[in-house]
Amino acid sequence: MTTLARILAIIMKEAVQMRRDRMTFGMMLVLPVMQLILFGYAINTDPHSLPTAIQMEEDTPITRSIISGLEVSGYYAIVERTQSDMESDSMLARGDVSFVVTIPKGFTKRLLRGETPQLLIEADASDPSASSNAISRAQVIVQRALAHELYKLNGDPQTAPPLFELVIHPKYNPAAVTQYNIVPGLLGVILTMTMVMMTSLAMTRETEQGTMENLLAMPARPIEVMLGKISPYVIVGAVQTLVVLAAAIWVFKVPFLGSFWVLSLGVVIFVIANLAVGFSFSTFARSQMQAMQMTFFFFLPSLLLSGFMFPFRGMPNWAQMIGEILPLTHFLRIVRGTMLKGADLHQLQPDINAMLLFTLFMGAVAMVRYRQTLD
Amino acid sequence: MTQELAIDVRGLVKRFGSKTAVNGVDIQMPRGQVWGFLGPNGSGKTTTIRMICGLLKLTDGEGECLGFDIRKDASLIKAQTGYMTQKFSFWTDLTIRENLEFVARLYRLKNASRVVDETLDGLSLSKRQHQLAGALSGGWKQRLALAAVSMHHPKLLLLDEPTAGVDPQARRDFWDEIHRLSSNGITVLVSTHYMDEAERCDRIVYLANGKKVAEGTVAQIIDMSGLITFRGEGENVRHLAPQLEHAPGIDHVAYFASALHVSGSDRSAIRHALDQLNDDGADWKEVRPSLEDTFIELKARAGDDTRQHA
Ligand SMILES: Nc1ncnc2c1ncn2[C@@H]1O[C@H](COP(=O)(O)OP(=O)(O)O)[C@@H](O)[C@H]1O
Ligand SMILES: [Mg+2]
Repeated sequence: MTTLARILAIIMKEAVQMRRDRMTFGMMLVLPVMQLILFGYAINTDPHSLPTAIQMEEDTPITRSIISGLEVSGYYAIVERTQSDMESDSMLARGDVSFVVTIPKGFTKRLLRGETPQLLIEADASDPSASSNAISRAQVIVQRALAHELYKLNGDPQTAPPLFELVIHPKYNPAAVTQYNIVPGLLGVILTMTMVMMTSLAMTRETEQGTMENLLAMPARPIEVMLGKISPYVIVGAVQTLVVLAAAIWVFKVPFLGSFWVLSLGVVIFVIANLAVGFSFSTFARSQMQAMQMTFFFFLPSLLLSGFMFPFRGMPNWAQMIGEILPLTHFLRIVRGTMLKGADLHQLQPDINAMLLFTLFMGAVAMVRYRQTLD
Repeated sequence: MTQELAIDVRGLVKRFGSKTAVNGVDIQMPRGQVWGFLGPNGSGKTTTIRMICGLLKLTDGEGECLGFDIRKDASLIKAQTGYMTQKFSFWTDLTIRENLEFVARLYRLKNASRVVDETLDGLSLSKRQHQLAGALSGGWKQRLALAAVSMHHPKLLLLDEPTAGVDPQARRDFWDEIHRLSSNGITVLVSTHYMDEAERCDRIVYLANGKKVAEGTVAQIIDMSGLITFRGEGENVRHLAPQLEHAPGIDHVAYFASALHVSGSDRSAIRHALDQLNDDGADWKEVRPSLEDTFIELKARAGDDTRQHA
């Protein structure tokens, strides 16, 4: 009897406190909704509409029907037509397209003569789960397209389907080792989590313990406080990077094809971007608890929409748009690009730029929000 | 004019949402003096001090601190002011020395490490300089804080209840240090609840409910209050208190070992109440009200005041 009364009393007290803490309350409602949306819609285990470049070296009704067959299947979205191998290679390296389909010159003639011509599909296999379904369907898709086209030509449904050879070139990760894709990505995930959390906690701790008043009473400018607070963590981030890279290379045997310096540049910008996020959060959070919650609020979409968990090109458009804003998305391209594809600075420039833009914006938010008074 | 005043603020108002913490406070404090800032908890002392040194935006009002506009020149004020917060606000997870070095560097003191050495010497904390600041006792924490906020030779010290919860010897040491700083020309505004500390000040500002209700020397404040106090002595005088507490004309009764103080603002009403007592064991004499009696009276009056306006 008494116990029940006591339990009720505690429940009521908790309910009142929960209602007063708007922030936690909001988080409790928004987080599950966010997760539902992200897991329910963004996640696609059978990615469709993967961006594809066509390198068509001859234009005949047959080749056109192959292309429309690919497109109608829903797996391939033809976004580019390229002329040269060099152009296709660089689009694949940048991650602009997931596939390059090459129809060589003389394909139609050799097909009709029964000489079994080759059709080449180069795939970005750095994320095996993204491309595997599309690849495995390719044979059937092309066969059907050809059968249909030949039926139109000679009107005889009994004609045996023409022979051709589909050559698949999985590039960057030919053995489809999932760790090759995940381990470098993990570097970005770990950095996001720790950098954002540590800065936002370091700042809110000052507020919570009352030392902020002392700090504000002394003549330090906001930019000084910000840089002073952030810099030590850049070093922490560098150490984390070295540890993860060492593990990737020596434990998981992930290849490192590109330039260490390009990757380092990416790491530095990425770390600063995340620190700016943490600092901005600390200007909103009233307690360390709130800072933690905000960190998760940022971490979750980063994890789900950056291409770490799920193939980026397989996500719906709106999810890709959000993903393009997040620094982790661009960092993943940089780290996978340098390690697995040997991408160079020029090819990764758009991702570097996107992270810089994000950093500038977050830095501005932090500066505007940082209060020099206790109000 | 402003050059002679360390603090010159007029009509300070601070609202937090619908709560008015400070409601039209004026302070004109000359340089080189030591002033006491008194008032019950929640009367607005801390909020006023924070506005003076630029840590809170004013809701209304204006003023200068050390000749700088408190609304616009906070950074100039901070450079020449030492503010000791009510709650210990140094870094408990840094050592004593690290705290002082951090402060010295933020103020960009030349020869920071020598200044820190001297400060540690002055505090007799050289031997313990590598202990965590959090491990210090209350009295030492306060002395460390005072040393830290005066290391950059400020012209003005704002000390917010620096001796709360500190033992008498440590309080005396602390005040010796305040007077030593003052004799070097530093202006000191110090908030306190202790009467003996109030009596060490050149002048007192008394706040109640966010308003300044009295200002002056100890003697002036007692005189201005118009308070009348009678002291009764005798063996059983304490048993009379319950009768007196509710008697008309008597505002409050204070107990002493074998004496009672009864106070009010109407002499004949108090006399009348005392005459009504059917106990001749006590011997009643009018005495000069103590500062404490006066503050209790001022607080009660301010309370009545707000109740009328509410
Ligand atoms: N940041 C704040 N937000 C809301 N109310 C505040 C804040 N700071 C002070 N107050 C309120 O203002 C009043 C005056 O507080 P304060 O200046 O701390 O008084 P004192 O220092 O004299 O005890 C109190 O009622 C307090 O609760
Ligand atoms: Mg206070």
